Amino acid sequence: MNSFISADSIKFEYKNIEGQTQLALDGLNIKIDKGEFVAVLGHNGSGKSTFAKHMNAILVPTEGKLTVKGMDTADDDLLYDIRQCVGMVFQNPDNQLVATVVEEDVAFAPENLGVPREEIRKRVDDALEAVGMTKYKLHATYKLSGGQKQRVAIGGIIAMRPECIVLDEPTAMLDPVGRKEVMKSIRMLNRDLGITIVLITHHMNEAAEADRVIVMSKGKVIMDAPPKEVFWRTEELYDAGLSVPQPVELLLLMRKDGAEIEEGVLTVEECAEALAKIIKSARK
Amino acid sequence: MIKDITLGQYFPGESVIHRIDPRVKIILTLAYIVMLFVAKGPIGYGICLAALIYMIAVSKISLRIILRSMKPLLFIIVFTAILNMFYIPGRILVEFWILRITYEGIETAIYMALRIAMLISGTFVLLTYTTSPIMLTDGIEHLLNPLKKLKFPVHELAMMMTIALRFIPTLIEETDKIMSAQKARGADFESGNLINRARALVPILVPLFISAFRRADELAVAMECRCYRGSVGRTRLKVLKMQPLDYIAICVSLVLCVSIILSAVM
Repeated sequence: MNSFISADSIKFEYKNIEGQTQLALDGLNIKIDKGEFVAVLGHNGSGKSTFAKHMNAILVPTEGKLTVKGMDTADDDLLYDIRQCVGMVFQNPDNQLVATVVEEDVAFAPENLGVPREEIRKRVDDALEAVGMTKYKLHATYKLSGGQKQRVAIGGIIAMRPECIVLDEPTAMLDPVGRKEVMKSIRMLNRDLGITIVLITHHMNEAAEADRVIVMSKGKVIMDAPPKEVFWRTEELYDAGLSVPQPVELLLLMRKDGAEIEEGVLTVEECAEALAKIIKSARK
Repeated sequence: MIKDITLGQYFPGESVIHRIDPRVKIILTLAYIVMLFVAKGPIGYGICLAALIYMIAVSKISLRIILRSMKPLLFIIVFTAILNMFYIPGRILVEFWILRITYEGIETAIYMALRIAMLISGTFVLLTYTTSPIMLTDGIEHLLNPLKKLKFPVHELAMMMTIALRFIPTLIEETDKIMSAQKARGADFESGNLINRARALVPILVPLFISAFRRADELAVAMECRCYRGSVGRTRLKVLKMQPLDYIAICVSLVLCVSIILSAVM
């Protein structure tokens, strides 16, 4: 059976300012199933944003084929079906909001799709509810905080009723509070509404929340595994120019000094438990 | 400092004036402006003035705000009045050197000043102060709709206006940031003559323009992601609908217009 999103050895070339041809994606093979929560990690220039733009046909591969629900992104006739199926949220919330009032902005996509008016009303209300912004329905967009703006942007995508949302570093420009708000919304969309999530990020802690982590480097996939596995392959991560989540880093240092530590620890809570175990065994 | 500039000064409210359909308001404002130029003599002006005072009272917008809005144009009002005072021929009131003031001149000057003042305050109260920018763009889009038959890009124009309004606060904030950054590096915006000050603005405008273009590019991609493809097959969340109040406003205005025209003709 075909995967929901399937990238089949795709290459993407572009010309830089000096006119030289550069390869952003170099034979990428990625399959994503429906309902998954996938994080894509990578250093600057690893091609992760370029890959994100391929998933809803903003960019089309130079070579190879990318399909969404079996629809080829290179097919112009399917363009709007693909974009409606895979929504996209970008880094800067200020540059994605179109309207001056929250609910009008959320209504933008269904308006474009020609949804009947009563249905738009319902979709807008549902979408605002889903991102917890109902209270701000009639507020001016520019008066919101960064996290709130980003949640409105996500709401604007949900109103299209997509099956998948690709988020390209949605928290990069936010403060810690806004980051938390946005991550909470993303988890909720995946768990409660069953929306497939592809989260492009370079935040280790955010990637750790996904079901699966794909690590990219120089336009290729170098790792594709659950977070518990990926984050303990530290050598490879360092080679890709990435860091390791702090709990893992701490436990690794302790292991170097002779402490007995099991692999697979990821969150702060798990780390605390592992440390408690060591302390207990030391006391005996 | 720059944040004090309130653009599109809209004062939210629930008054009758606020609730009138934007399309009706735009047309009535145009009618009001025309009437100001048609009106002759105390009766015509009296009707206009009464209508204006009524609108101000009902809209609950303070007189101070209205007077403040006229301040930048005070010079033009005084200048026009003085010019009229000296140049209208008629019965001479005072004469010295080559200047002479006539009775007719004074009369015209008063009417002229009144007309400009009423024109400004009237349009502000009827349109900008009581209509939100979105309603205004919606109204303009609907009114221009017939032009679509002539292939005039009505929807695109309205979309451009909406986006421009949306980005005004964003760009003001950005200007503020750039100014602070340049000041921190020793830029001086306040001293020197006019040319020097204009020159000091270049390091603000260049980054502002570059960033505006970058924003435009990102916004365009984001809009495409949300399936934007112009006005074809587009529906709206909010549709303007005429209420009984709008018809009443039209009827009352019609009666006033007819009486102003009659008073001018007779």
